[in-house]
Amino acid sequence: NEWMFLFSLVCSGEIFELKAELNSDKKEKKKEAVKKVIASMTVGKDVSALFPDVVNCMQTDNLELKKLVYLYLMNYAKSQPDMAIMAVNTFVKDCEDPNPLIRALAVRTMGCIRVDKITEYLCEPLRKCLKDEDPYVRKTAAVCVAKLHDINAQLVEDQGFLDTLKDLISDSNPMVVANAVAALSEIAESHPNSNLLDLNPQTINKLLTALNECTEWGQIFILDCLANYTPRDDRESQSICERVTPRLSHANSAVVLSAVKVLMKFMEMLPKDLDYYGTLLKKLAPPLVTLLSAEPELQYVALRNINLIVQRRPEIMKHEMKVFFVKYNDPIYVKLEKLDIMIRLASQANIAQVLAELKEYATEVDVDFVRKAVRAIGRCAIKVEQSAERCVSTLLDLIQTKVNYVVQEAIVVIKDIFRKYPNKYESVIATLCENLDSLDEPEARAAMIWIVGEYAERIDNADELLESFLEGFHDESTQVQLQLLTAIVKLFLKKPTETQELVQQVLSLATQDSDNPDLRDRGYIYWRLLSTDPVAAKEVVLAEKPLISEETDLIEPTLLEELICHIGTLASVYHKPPSAFVEGSRGVQHKRLPCSAGSSTAGVSDAPPAVIPSQGDLLGDLLNLDLTPTTTGPPPPAVSTGMQLGAMDLLGGGLDSLVWLQAMKAKGLEISGTFARRAGVIQMEMTLTNKAMSVMTDFAIQFNRNSFGLSPAGPLQVLTPLSPNQSIEVALPLNTSGPVMKMDPLNNLQVAVKNNIDVFYFSCQYPISMLFVEDGKMERQIFLATWKDIPNENESQFQIKDCHLNAVSNKLQGSNIFTIAKRTVDGQDMLYLSVKLTNGIWVLAELRIQAGNPNYTISLKCRAPEVSQCVFQSYEAVLKN
Amino acid sequence: MIGGLFIYNHKGEVLISRVYRDDIGSMELSGSCVGGWLERNAVDAFRVNVIHARQQVRSPVTNIARTSFFHVKRSNIWLAAVTKQNVNAAMVFEFLYKMCDVMTAYFGKISEENIKNNFVLIYELLDEILDFGYPQNSETGALKTFITQQGIKGQTKEEQSQITSQVTGQIGWRREGIKYRRNELFLDVLESVNLLMSPQGQVLSAHVSGRVVMKSYLSGMPECKFGMNDKIVIDKQGKGGATDDAAKSGKQSIAIDDCTFHQCVRLSKFDSERSISFIPPDGEYELMRYRTTKDIILPFRVIPLVREVGRTKLEVKVVIKSNFKPSLLAQKIEVRIPTPLNTSGVQVICMKGKAKYKASENAIVWKIKRMAGMKESQISAEIELLPTNDKKKWARPPISMNFEVPFAPSGLKVRYLKVFESKLNYSDHDVIKWVRYIGRSGIYETRC
Repeated sequence: NEWMFLFSLVCSGEIFELKAELNSDKKEKKKEAVKKVIASMTVGKDVSALFPDVVNCMQTDNLELKKLVYLYLMNYAKSQPDMAIMAVNTFVKDCEDPNPLIRALAVRTMGCIRVDKITEYLCEPLRKCLKDEDPYVRKTAAVCVAKLHDINAQLVEDQGFLDTLKDLISDSNPMVVANAVAALSEIAESHPNSNLLDLNPQTINKLLTALNECTEWGQIFILDCLANYTPRDDRESQSICERVTPRLSHANSAVVLSAVKVLMKFMEMLPKDLDYYGTLLKKLAPPLVTLLSAEPELQYVALRNINLIVQRRPEIMKHEMKVFFVKYNDPIYVKLEKLDIMIRLASQANIAQVLAELKEYATEVDVDFVRKAVRAIGRCAIKVEQSAERCVSTLLDLIQTKVNYVVQEAIVVIKDIFRKYPNKYESVIATLCENLDSLDEPEARAAMIWIVGEYAERIDNADELLESFLEGFHDESTQVQLQLLTAIVKLFLKKPTETQELVQQVLSLATQDSDNPDLRDRGYIYWRLLSTDPVAAKEVVLAEKPLISEETDLIEPTLLEELICHIGTLASVYHKPPSAFVEGSRGVQHKRLPCSAGSSTAGVSDAPPAVIPSQGDLLGDLLNLDLTPTTTGPPPPAVSTGMQLGAMDLLGGGLDSLVWLQAMKAKGLEISGTFARRAGVIQMEMTLTNKAMSVMTDFAIQFNRNSFGLSPAGPLQVLTPLSPNQSIEVALPLNTSGPVMKMDPLNNLQVAVKNNIDVFYFSCQYPISMLFVEDGKMERQIFLATWKDIPNENESQFQIKDCHLNAVSNKLQGSNIFTIAKRTVDGQDMLYLSVKLTNGIWVLAELRIQAGNPNYTISLKCRAPEVSQCVFQSYEAVLKN
Repeated sequence: MIGGLFIYNHKGEVLISRVYRDDIGSMELSGSCVGGWLERNAVDAFRVNVIHARQQVRSPVTNIARTSFFHVKRSNIWLAAVTKQNVNAAMVFEFLYKMCDVMTAYFGKISEENIKNNFVLIYELLDEILDFGYPQNSETGALKTFITQQGIKGQTKEEQSQITSQVTGQIGWRREGIKYRRNELFLDVLESVNLLMSPQGQVLSAHVSGRVVMKSYLSGMPECKFGMNDKIVIDKQGKGGATDDAAKSGKQSIAIDDCTFHQCVRLSKFDSERSISFIPPDGEYELMRYRTTKDIILPFRVIPLVREVGRTKLEVKVVIKSNFKPSLLAQKIEVRIPTPLNTSGVQVICMKGKAKYKASENAIVWKIKRMAGMKESQISAEIELLPTNDKKKWARPPISMNFEVPFAPSGLKVRYLKVFESKLNYSDHDVIKWVRYIGRSGIYETRC
């Protein structure tokens, strides 16, 4: 075995011998020696000591040997930059070689050597190669521009390589075009605002022509680039679609998916009544189905994408339910995804089939899959009313199997069915109660308790059942404790005479013996309600519940739109925007679908976000927490106590730091903090104090969904353990690409902090001014037009009292509030101001200042008037500070 | 784009490692830059989190510390592509499959030994087919003209430019100047018929996924046109021709749900005229894939009967019926009847072929060498069970079947394959053509 032999040689430390062989006169011996060097490099041995000897082998006519030496160079040049210079001459010479294969090889390798000094020498050869007569050299040089840009962007711009690259889009060779497109797309990604790709109808036409002729990979580059273009009107959109649809028959799944992406995006612009629109919709289904006969890994990618497509345009796949039926031998990741799509496609027309399938799945082996199948049956009941009865009876059959996790999952979904169809299926309660003892998961226990409480009047021994749970009250999870408290209060309100003792007991357990603030608060509220006004208590506790929505786990519409623009890519596989998993400037740009040609710009789905919390996604959350507000209860408000830490923030923008998490509520961890915007980065600056007796380690932080998608841009950097009585100051940079959910108040942020002891929750409010972005200065003309355009009912007026300022504009500008214009009317100064929030919302303002009057009047206009109040508060804070 | 590519053996040892982008090296802080080889951390992360993971793989894409790993497995070799960017995921997998194809074409089976023995070749290939993480021409036909295990012989200038124009050209899959004394082509219509049937004999889902594989030994740059009994084409022609003719042929035409083609086929022509025209690669390749769901001939019907006799005994009876012309013969028939995990003993009686209980596979495997059409056969078995405390019922996996039949279950017929080569003096008539139909079972399951 050659390989092992080579490897063992180096292992035994015979670097010396290798050195001799490398310097041998015999070609064959040299080559064998370089091979040995590469072999040991592969397994991670450090052979950098041989650098000069290997480089000496570079000047050779033997292409194979040359390639090996180049491979070595690419790996070690960076650690030996001075020696790498020795190779430059050979590179430059090779770039002039008569053989195009060698010219290309040289320019390709040179671009991979990330040493500044070498990069300088690269420019001239690269310039020649970009204009080489041989297409093979040109296509290699095109990619090399992207490599060079990655090392030194400024150099590429200064040398004018970008223009040469743009010219290559008109090259006669399709592969050169494709590589130029790929390189330009990548470079453009790191310059979001540049007009680098400059897509116009002419270039688009060139791309579409090259599309028919280039390799499968080239087709992918071109289609992915096309997807970034926004056609001027519906006719252009249609003509591009017509030229892209043939790609749907390509054998390469990636070509197909990228074509689907272009079509899904451009379809937005077509009028719905157009015949072509209908034809196009019909053309999309068959290729998507075909993807499901590909290899399992590709099936998985396809399924994740189909999941997005059916959310955006359910009509495409509505008749294709059967292809998503799970096969016994599918890998588990394919099974789970298919199941997800089945639920989405379930309708009255196909529900019988779907249910029969789901019942089969519930007897399978994989626990996760079985659970999901059981849950799916419940979802069907909620989604298709006509099927509810059949679903419930199926679930009852499953409960009879007595398989522990099946029973628990069934009970959780039956609770949801009860909520959707109150007073319809109570007959099954008896069966549920029989399984009370087998429930050991908090979610199932809580669901069961909820059912008992809700239907207490119809369950004869409801008090006994609930009492049995009460025995181990303190060992239960918070979820179960809260549910038990509510259920017993419900029971008491329904059957006051027999249950007085029970309710007393639970109230005292919750309020006196518990150290959970949520539980205590809820306990006190009930206690006071019951003792002051039982009628009111009834109205509160037994109030009618809001309906639960039919669709679950829906992706929030703006995220969905963005993900549709990323069909086929990792973002579509993770169901997360690129900014959530890509570092640096790349992919931070949020893509949007174009608006339709018709007047209705509202988009397709106005569906409210899901009510039922989604099951954990594949990536898994950092802390594995379910942070939905329903289960955590209202977090305690940010209490400002006497122990304010931290000095005034001199840099402006920040507020005095507040205590967010009190030590007594967090087993000794105290967190106080403030928010600030520094050099365009939002920062959460916290002081963590350990007031406990033991050392704290393993800190991590996570945010709940919030109004502006704030999320930590990196992990919480507490590197050393925190000793008792020690404080540490941490600045956590935030980004705004997290999941969005409207909060009340708007600027409320719910935070979970974990350490080695426990997980703690707190909520705090951030000044909205830290979301004001640096490029928030609106053009004068646009300002005027927008001001007129926003309806008057969106205007809100506020007073700011006791302001004594001279340089108002400067003061405001410091907080990214920009003055567009200023005019003086009747001794009144009128300032016109604009502000842009991180999510792109513009807020326009008119500030009136009367000489001598300390009270200012401000009118705010915004297309999203709900932000006005918050924005006003920021104005006030900035002006008064 | 792809930041790096690693090949591991089953133990998680790295056999091949090629890094295209710097970013994947700088994972976490511990990466020591001293000896180069920055990507060690990425390499280790994948080994620890995927290859050595305790549980079964839950996804072919794994994100570890903001780095994404795509993997496929071939026998016990892992191929992983690594990236830190939002790459085209479908493309990465297509590329990994393609890489497997290329390696197989060069040195046969992808095994640890073959990879170790060809590591120089693999590096050379990786350098050529992936540049800065962008896939380049990966057609084996083209690659073999300039990447050889023997090293490159002295090439003339013309040869060199011929190579480069082929690698980058419009017809990258075929080289010029091919000559055969005998122009010959072979067409194989290979179908796999998939079925999921309920115990009551109701078809829950059935589809045929077919492939047309062509072996061409043709001189020059022949222009080919392929025709089959595609309903859309036949109907279109029928409208122009005699109605009588249309009715006749219409009966035999089939509705194709969807098809995909090798990159040599002109897709825009197919889209507009539904005609399949191309210049074929030399040698064997897959011309098209297709899928049908209507009017499928199901070659076999499986009728299961499972009876639980008390807690410790099962009685199973399975009847299979062949459903095709009596003159045709099915081969390699195998019926797999799953048995519960607590099976202690099995008695089988079958009318035809051989049946055996295989404890390690938890199944009774019944094999029949040949069976003609319109016949019927039967197996019955008594399964003894050990008493268990396991509350969970036996999942009753479906009964699956394997077979091979000499016809296309979709009904597809090749109508013609015309060859035109204007520059050389051979005509369509001179080409010797062979057509063969093979129908195989895909996932052919009946629930019981």
